[in-house]
Amino acid sequence: MTAVLDLSSTPSTPFHRLVRVELRKSYDTRAGFWLLAVIALLVLATEVVVLAVTTVQNDAIAFGDFIGAAAFMTSFLLPVLGIMVLTSEWSQRTAMVTFALEPRRPRVIAAKAVVGVVLTLVTVVVSIAIGLVCTVLYDLIEGHADWTFGWSGFFGFLITQTFAMLGGFALAALLLNTPAAIVVFFVYKWVLPGLFAIGAALMGWFETIQPWIDFQSAQNPLYDMSLSGDDWAHLVVSGFIWLVLPLAVGIWRVLRAEVK
Amino acid sequence: MIEVVGLTRKYGSFTAVDDVSFVCQPGRVTGFLGPNGAGKTTTMRVMVGLTPATAGRVTIGGHVYQDIPNPGRHVGVLLDASAQHAGRTGREILEIGARTMGLPDSRIDEMIELVSLTPQEAKRRLRNYSLGMKQRLGIAHALLGDPSVLILDEPANGLDPAGIRWMRGLLRGYAERGGTVLLSSHLLHEVEQIADEMILIGNGRIVAQGDKKTLLAGAAKGIATTFVTALDNPALAAALSAKGITVASAGDGLRVEAEAVEVGRTALEATVVLTDLRSADGGLEDLFLELTADTQRETVV
Amino acid sequence: MSTVTVPTMDISGTAPTPFLRLVRVEARKAYDTRAGFWLLVSTALLCAIVMVIQMAIGVSQDDVFLSYNSFLTSTNFSIAILLPVIGIMLLTSEWSQRTAMVSFSLEPRRPRVIVAKLVVGLVLAVIAVVIALLLATICNALYSVLSDDPTVWNASVAHTAGFLLLQVVGMLTGFAFAALLLNTPAAIVIYMVYSFVLPGLFELGAQLMDWFDKIRPWIDFNYAQGPLVDATMTGKDWAYFATSGFIWLVVPLVIGFSRVLRAEVK
Repeated sequence: MTAVLDLSSTPSTPFHRLVRVELRKSYDTRAGFWLLAVIALLVLATEVVVLAVTTVQNDAIAFGDFIGAAAFMTSFLLPVLGIMVLTSEWSQRTAMVTFALEPRRPRVIAAKAVVGVVLTLVTVVVSIAIGLVCTVLYDLIEGHADWTFGWSGFFGFLITQTFAMLGGFALAALLLNTPAAIVVFFVYKWVLPGLFAIGAALMGWFETIQPWIDFQSAQNPLYDMSLSGDDWAHLVVSGFIWLVLPLAVGIWRVLRAEVK
Repeated sequence: MIEVVGLTRKYGSFTAVDDVSFVCQPGRVTGFLGPNGAGKTTTMRVMVGLTPATAGRVTIGGHVYQDIPNPGRHVGVLLDASAQHAGRTGREILEIGARTMGLPDSRIDEMIELVSLTPQEAKRRLRNYSLGMKQRLGIAHALLGDPSVLILDEPANGLDPAGIRWMRGLLRGYAERGGTVLLSSHLLHEVEQIADEMILIGNGRIVAQGDKKTLLAGAAKGIATTFVTALDNPALAAALSAKGITVASAGDGLRVEAEAVEVGRTALEATVVLTDLRSADGGLEDLFLELTADTQRETVV
Repeated sequence: MSTVTVPTMDISGTAPTPFLRLVRVEARKAYDTRAGFWLLVSTALLCAIVMVIQMAIGVSQDDVFLSYNSFLTSTNFSIAILLPVIGIMLLTSEWSQRTAMVSFSLEPRRPRVIVAKLVVGLVLAVIAVVIALLLATICNALYSVLSDDPTVWNASVAHTAGFLLLQVVGMLTGFAFAALLLNTPAAIVIYMVYSFVLPGLFELGAQLMDWFDKIRPWIDFNYAQGPLVDATMTGKDWAYFATSGFIWLVVPLVIGFSRVLRAEVK
């Protein structure tokens, strides 16, 4: 006689609980904590420098510029966080525990992706708050301030930051290896645009296909939300190549991988 | 051969090792015994220079570890069998050790054979090793340079019963040939069966040291305990109780607070057939638990 | 216990581990894992792919003229991405994989182990340069066959030496960051930021502020390496190179070294 486990009274783990747990895991280690702390410190330091330079030289600067400076700083460390949210499970071998407690792996991956987006939102809010303080300080020092920063700018900022985070996350899913994902991400983010530009300048045929494969330049119109129909098409196609494809392959890999 | 003098290691306000002194002699196996987190590993790490001591010193054969040239040829160390690159094969790990020590490749095969890893297993990457296989590899690595001193932290961890027996024989033979062995464990029975000398540590302090007899004599806490099983347990219990001996049932048999000889005599007098009679040997265990009582995570009754 | 005589160990017959042997072991450790092996292969492949693409563009586009030096210049760029990562992982993998415990047990004189690793890094940089020179020769030869443009073999000792120095410096920079941080992801991120993000920021700062424009050459190591690429180093350039190199190479190396020597190895 085989005893049957009575599962009727145990609800499955709610998704929001997974998200909360994954969120906690992103900052409860020294590595995670310092990564977040460094992002915050770096943004602060940058804003102080920008504020000092503009007030000393009496340069004009707008609210949106302060936020832009913050966005620039966060855009290269935030994706590293996105990468490590996923790869640390493999390098630290915690995936064994994680997938034992929630064997439906796509839910865990999705929870991690949500955490990435949540952290992005937090960073955006913090960046805007810092920008606000800086603009107020600028106003106090210079006697005037330029509060130019519209909703379009806000949404553009939000979307590009989210894309940056998801780009890191997708590469992490594809490679499941921290150093490799970080190297590839930086190459993709900082080296490839230059190469694309050179290629486009040299070859006519490449210039025609470049907008369709260059996800970085496809995001440019997002900053002021001035997307035309063509721009949308470029964004979707290049985004498919750089976000959806690696994510799909990566998730397929995670689902089938033997967890060690 | 190993001399530890007044060794102290502090982490901030926490004292992991507190004024520890002991000596390990050649030709003997010294067991380093204590509950989890008692300071065994920290002491061993200081011995090989991986952790700086706050105070005190350790010498091996009269030398500070850092001053021993090519130390792998003199001191075999196994602190953590998992502290190896997961992407290397077992053989490659030994090969790197052998190259560092300047040993011929034949030594690698000898060691692989000695610890009963098959050539196929040796070709696997460490990430695919079981804990017991890692432990065997670690022992092979420690023995590579044919050292005269062995420092092993929890070497029996993860070994199967046959493996534990094999290791016991290996270390016994090693000591008989004049080697010095220091091995740590949190399992009394494991150490008891192999160690000539025991050092009990709790909360970073040494609570007792000596050979088994000295330790037990020092404990001298009166009544011995015997486990006995008879065909007619109730009859034996009644006979023992009649003599004023405390009896309690334990498992299939009885736990008797008397020497085995007294229990046997009573059985003879009561004409009860015994199927099992042995000294509980709990003396050492009781001693261990008592001495380290402050540091035990579970309260000892 | 104090009355017990402790036998001593005779170590007079044991020679210290020769430094060359340590270097050989460290070299082996650089390629005997899958991660290390593929990192080395990827570096060579990336170098080759960039050159082949460059050649393809040169052959197909009439207005692009390539010389031996053009191939080397692009290689400066492609090697700079992965060679320093090799330098980083030579050191940090000992900590992430916890092999430092074994390495420092077998050779407790830690500076020797670190210097052996450094030597391995330098050897790998030299090998990378040799491979790059070979590939550039092959590509330029192919280019002269496939293209109508005149073949230019403008390799000079100064160019080659500059190229070698650049790769060695790149490797050392990675190694220095690794020694400072002893953590693979952190060191890689810092290197990538230093190498790809910081130059832009320095440029921006120099354009905005005159005083910064003046001190920039002294603190921007990437900028100071510029003249090495086209072998136009002047006395002043060398001064820039030495000063900024001190900040970005020597300081982190020294701090990192002292950290490794004193660290508790876990």
